[in-house]
Amino acid sequence: MVAYDAIRAGTNYAALVERAGLAERAIVGDEAYSILVGTATCGRAAGALPVLDAFREQVAKAGIEARVMEAGCMGHCYAEPMAVLKRPGYPGMVYHHLNPVIARNLVDNFFLGDDPLLEFFLGATESNELMMPTLMDLPRFGREERRLMRRTGSYDPGDILQAVALGAYAGLARAFELGPESIIAAVNESGLRGMGGAGFPTGRKWAACRAQSERERYIICNADEGDPGAFMDRTILESDPHAVIEGLIIGAIAIGARRGFVYVRAEYPLAVERMRRALDDARRENLLGDDILGAGFSFDVEIAEGAGAFVCGESSALMLSIEGKRGMPRVRPPQSVERGLFGKPTVLDNVKSLANIGPILVAGPENFGDVGTSKSKGTAVFALAGKIVNPGLVEVPMGTTLRELIFDIGGGVPGGKKFKAVQIGGPSGGCLPESQLDTPIDFDKLSAAGAMMGSGGMVVLDEDNCMVETARFFLEFTQDESCGKCTFCRIGTRHMLDILEKIVRGDGSLEDIDRLEELAAEIRDGSLCNLGKTAPNPVLTTLRFFREEYEEHINEKKCRARVCNELTAYYILPDKCARGCDACVGSCPVEAIFTSPKKRIKVIDQSLCTRCDSCRLACPTEYNAVLRISPLVELPAAEPRPDGDKREQS
Amino acid sequence: MTEEEQEVVDWLGEYFQGEDRGKSLITVLLALQERFGYLSRKGMLDVARLMGMSAANVYGVATFYNRFRFNPPGRHQIKVCMGTACHIKRSDKILDHWMRRLEIGVGEVTADREYGLERVACVGCCTLAPVTVVGDEVIGNMSTSKIDGILLGHDLARKQPVAGAPRDTEDA
Repeated sequence: MVAYDAIRAGTNYAALVERAGLAERAIVGDEAYSILVGTATCGRAAGALPVLDAFREQVAKAGIEARVMEAGCMGHCYAEPMAVLKRPGYPGMVYHHLNPVIARNLVDNFFLGDDPLLEFFLGATESNELMMPTLMDLPRFGREERRLMRRTGSYDPGDILQAVALGAYAGLARAFELGPESIIAAVNESGLRGMGGAGFPTGRKWAACRAQSERERYIICNADEGDPGAFMDRTILESDPHAVIEGLIIGAIAIGARRGFVYVRAEYPLAVERMRRALDDARRENLLGDDILGAGFSFDVEIAEGAGAFVCGESSALMLSIEGKRGMPRVRPPQSVERGLFGKPTVLDNVKSLANIGPILVAGPENFGDVGTSKSKGTAVFALAGKIVNPGLVEVPMGTTLRELIFDIGGGVPGGKKFKAVQIGGPSGGCLPESQLDTPIDFDKLSAAGAMMGSGGMVVLDEDNCMVETARFFLEFTQDESCGKCTFCRIGTRHMLDILEKIVRGDGSLEDIDRLEELAAEIRDGSLCNLGKTAPNPVLTTLRFFREEYEEHINEKKCRARVCNELTAYYILPDKCARGCDACVGSCPVEAIFTSPKKRIKVIDQSLCTRCDSCRLACPTEYNAVLRISPLVELPAAEPRPDGDKREQS
Repeated sequence: MTEEEQEVVDWLGEYFQGEDRGKSLITVLLALQERFGYLSRKGMLDVARLMGMSAANVYGVATFYNRFRFNPPGRHQIKVCMGTACHIKRSDKILDHWMRRLEIGVGEVTADREYGLERVACVGCCTLAPVTVVGDEVIGNMSTSKIDGILLGHDLARKQPVAGAPRDTEDA
């Protein structure tokens, strides 16, 4: 094993670190006042920008020398908007669920006064003498292991010196000492596998590209996070773009590339903006461009914006898209490392793979592999969303079970509802039921269970979600996103979607299930890329674990989750309706609810009802009178609407 | 040639003089859409001429990608997220309500060009599902009543008298 000693200051890196240290002290030093507001896309959606403005205004009004900065996301999406406040005598204090009023109060009471307003406090960023509980004391951190997310949310990505002070580009300095062969050896030894979902060993990919005779080579960061339900790549780009840039430069040294690209999908405007800023900063600090850090190596990175096509996450399609063409996967071999972008050898790595590279070189490859399972090393980041108490980003060692992730870290299903399934890996993945929850998370075990690691999106479904309808949703997606090159994918997914639509309408037959299974096998065998090959997975896994729901839709015309519109009716319980209350009438967008002239209770006119769910949500919880009923035969006969009451329909 | 067509031609002529002329077709189309809000027939034909490729090639690429639109967008472009997390939190009902309130379908624009409606695959704010993007603003935890509120807010903003102008007695 190679010995990895501490970084020696060989290049201009030492001077950069020194400047970064000075800048850092001005912000978080003992005498400094500073505010970091989490303004990644998710924070903004929760209202972070008005909070940021409020902090700025109040700090100006109070006349304090405090820097108010924008940071990325710490992964606690359930607690957004969040901010870290730092003042002399205190550790970094994290506050949650902020609004402009609390923000102004924090400045007045915590900065001007000495009251830290603990009622809005989530945790301190570090252990401290005041005995304030830290974020690490939150129950979820008992299972978490933050490596990829080591810096997310704790610095302003618009200030490269802060990133350097927190250790960014230390791996690059180390890379210059090691040289290409040793970099590849280290990455190989770490056991890092492609984090985009495919799990191909990164070191082997780099070695294969390096071995090509063609001198012109490219490296691309795949940030086309197309799986609906996954957002960790977006968070890393918005919160710690320098980790990705560092990985790209090291990769370029290893394979001998002079030009690199970051391919970002169209739906992530803020990620593009922050990445662009980070690239400019890196150029200014001589971390990109000619003669990087005076080490004699030149490399630059440009951003290629996607234009909205799921298939462009596939390597050959992605490269065609950068060339400005339609992104349609091609037959392989030749592999991309032989003939990729513009026909030249190209390495394509996921955001998370690249963000892992720096620490592997700094801490040593054996350190990377000290967590995880034998075949899947390191950590994995999951985006927890759906019916879960604490949604957000979670980073856990490989081998953690789904149950630990969903119930211990995510807090389980809200509202006392029953857990039904977890959807992993987006449209290419599958739905796993309760019985599979003890599956450890790694590339191979998840595939064996019928799901796949995919990009790491994890959406929790409860008893109110229909599995057939969920399968239909994914087929609708893949059918729409199929590029159209392979007949089985283009027409087969359409055919499967038609059948599923028939079943959720209540028009299916038992033969349809057999046909779905046949089509699934044919699409898998007859498609070129993984979009087609894995498109049937959501149907296959739901058939495997939730077949009875398909059969209920077909035989009994019943949707047990009462989701499928054609099989469900809304009904107001006469005993529970409060009579005097008009909440549902006001909420109904189609005026389908009327008051019974005799009993003075509310009744739904089934001929007009669009099943929009508004009345059920509007009905005050103390009455809870609106029911969903499936199958329709169980709907009690309701009294007809009096003639004069009926509105004219246009 | 209409005034707008002339504007497109002039803008493209200038664009191809600049340093971006070596960029890919997608980059050019993105810039064109960024400037004019959509890709017009004249614009695509002109791009084909300037880049020395067939119009079919340009149209083929433009229609392949979801981001390009071929009609002018509304002043408030509404994008309803239809990702997995949004879907299981009933984003279909949210989309239905937008359609019902705006009286247009997906991909359409209201007659007054005030609102356009689109569906998007996923904006990556899954923890705040269901999500709608109004203009540039991502709005989480959408509900049908929130839609009514947004539309009411826009209505009020439009009716707001200019500061200093005499008050309309009818509104008082």
